Amino acid sequence: MPSDRLQVTIQRAPGAQTEFDVPAYDNQTVLDVVSWVQQNADPTLSYRFACRVGMCGSCAMMVNGVPRWTCRTHISKVTDAGRVTIGPLRNLPVIKDLAVDMDPFFDKWVAAEGVHHGGLTRDDPIAPVDEASAARVEANAGIECINCSVCYAACDTVAGNADYLGPAALQRAWTLLNDAKDEGRAAILDAVSGSGGCHNCHSMGSCTAYCPNDLDPMSAIAGLKRETARSFFRKGR
Amino acid sequence: MSMARDITARAHPLWLAYILHRLSGLGLALFLPFHFWILSLALTSPDRLDGFLAFAEIGIVKLAEFGLVFLLAVHMFGGLRLMAMEWLPWTPPQKTLAAGAVAVSFLVATLFLMQAV
Repeated sequence: MPSDRLQVTIQRAPGAQTEFDVPAYDNQTVLDVVSWVQQNADPTLSYRFACRVGMCGSCAMMVNGVPRWTCRTHISKVTDAGRVTIGPLRNLPVIKDLAVDMDPFFDKWVAAEGVHHGGLTRDDPIAPVDEASAARVEANAGIECINCSVCYAACDTVAGNADYLGPAALQRAWTLLNDAKDEGRAAILDAVSGSGGCHNCHSMGSCTAYCPNDLDPMSAIAGLKRETARSFFRKGR
Repeated sequence: MSMARDITARAHPLWLAYILHRLSGLGLALFLPFHFWILSLALTSPDRLDGFLAFAEIGIVKLAEFGLVFLLAVHMFGGLRLMAMEWLPWTPPQKTLAAGAVAVSFLVATLFLMQAV
């Protein structure tokens, strides 16, 4: 029988946690629950969100030990006998309560050359993009990333190696490598084949298993492994 | 509680395949030096080798050998899986077909072997 109350445990400072009694509603996301706590029970609770519709990638948290986008996760999917535990994202420094410092995540995005490498000026004609080409299909498969860091929190390789660039950054490198408008092939391959690069990946697949947008960073990283190996055997060509 | 949560997040097939590959590899790494040492007894000390072979006939030791064969099998197929996944740009249905084909051919080969012995 569904109860009309939820027992919500929120992890605060390391080792400390607070339990809240929250009213249950028919349509209620994990983010709604956290917001209810902040607005009605403990105004000091810190957490982060913006759009509430799965676009901005701000509200990811650990829910019962699994990284999830909380604005698109219905609470009934994650409660066990009316109980749920919510914590800050794994693998990132906690600022306070449920808000983590995303800087390492975005720094690695740039370190993996996840930036546009243009070769044209505004006076040149726009480069044609063949939507049906194999490279464009590969690129399209990964461009809907919302930078939520769920894959980064899910990855045990990130947990074990602070230098590892992580699934999201490497997937962006892979989409740019396959982008007809990007001229950064050498820079990207160099960035992703270093000590924190794609060859650290053990193909555990947690990134692909938990990506809220159903992207497949593990396969993108496998693509980088093939491309860096090919480049190595062809001596950089 | 924390332990249970740690396992929950990893309870998906690819992570389990990863850990199975790692643990079977560790098991084999521990087994192989011992295996080669026993083989070397054939040259250095045949009597002790005969003694060991008699010990290996005991039921519980035979049973343990199934464990070794299991480690070898999962490590070999795990390695083939990993190489196919990372080095062959196949689509998921193609990978499923390839895995099925390997499983069926292994089954047929094992049946032939069982008939032969």
